[in-house]
Amino acid sequence: MQRKKRGWMFYPLAVVIGLLSGLFGAGGGVVAVPVLRGVGLAEDEAHATSVSVTFPLAVLSAFLYLRAASFELSAAWPYLPGAFLGALLGAWLLPKVSSAWLRRIFGAVIIFSAGRLLLR
Amino acid sequence: MSWILIGAASFLSAVLGALGMGGGGILVLYLTAHAGVPQLQAQGINLVFFVPVAVVALCIHQKNRLIHWGIALPCIFLGAIGVYFGVKLAMLLEQKLLGKLFGGFLMLIGLRELFAKSKSPPPRVDKNEK
Repeated sequence: MQRKKRGWMFYPLAVVIGLLSGLFGAGGGVVAVPVLRGVGLAEDEAHATSVSVTFPLAVLSAFLYLRAASFELSAAWPYLPGAFLGALLGAWLLPKVSSAWLRRIFGAVIIFSAGRLLLR
Repeated sequence: MSWILIGAASFLSAVLGALGMGGGGILVLYLTAHAGVPQLQAQGINLVFFVPVAVVALCIHQKNRLIHWGIALPCIFLGAIGVYFGVKLAMLLEQKLLGKLFGGFLMLIGLRELFAKSKSPPPRVDKNEK
């Protein structure tokens, strides 16, 4: 079993994963995936492990958002059925998609989103 | 009509979220650009939305033995420190500025992914290997 040593950058970047989750309510995975890839995980392992990192951080962020009363919990209900079904499909797909395609889709999705956000 | 859009946006975001690839960006974008939800509320909705996505995805990834908890745990503990300061900052910033910052951040990451040197992937770690 081979694994690259964790460079010193691993530690501040792990803090950044949380910072993004708290600041933007999203985007932790975008840093987590390359960080995990950097310590030697395969592409699909990095993506799967990133969910295990961002999940508890998202729960903590959501709790702090609710405490600051910055959104209504009930506003999220309509999105939950789609969340459940989409997650089943996405997780089922992960081991079946090639890593080169995973990176391409990842990049394209993000640029599309960012372009829309900046140009609107 | 709107429930079809809500269903489509949440479904697509969840597929990408479970793949661990920025599904959050899509839902926050839909909420702010199309549904007229303020930035901070969109972010809150996205965080709650991610809970069922992550639970379902983690069960399946765990079954497929794709999760490395030894690396995940230190990331979670250090990340919690970041969450605290990130939320503080989000509450301080003007929401419009927060939205622009989010867009700029996504753009940087996307460009880096697209123009990254294609190198051979690291060898897969076989957990059954002794």
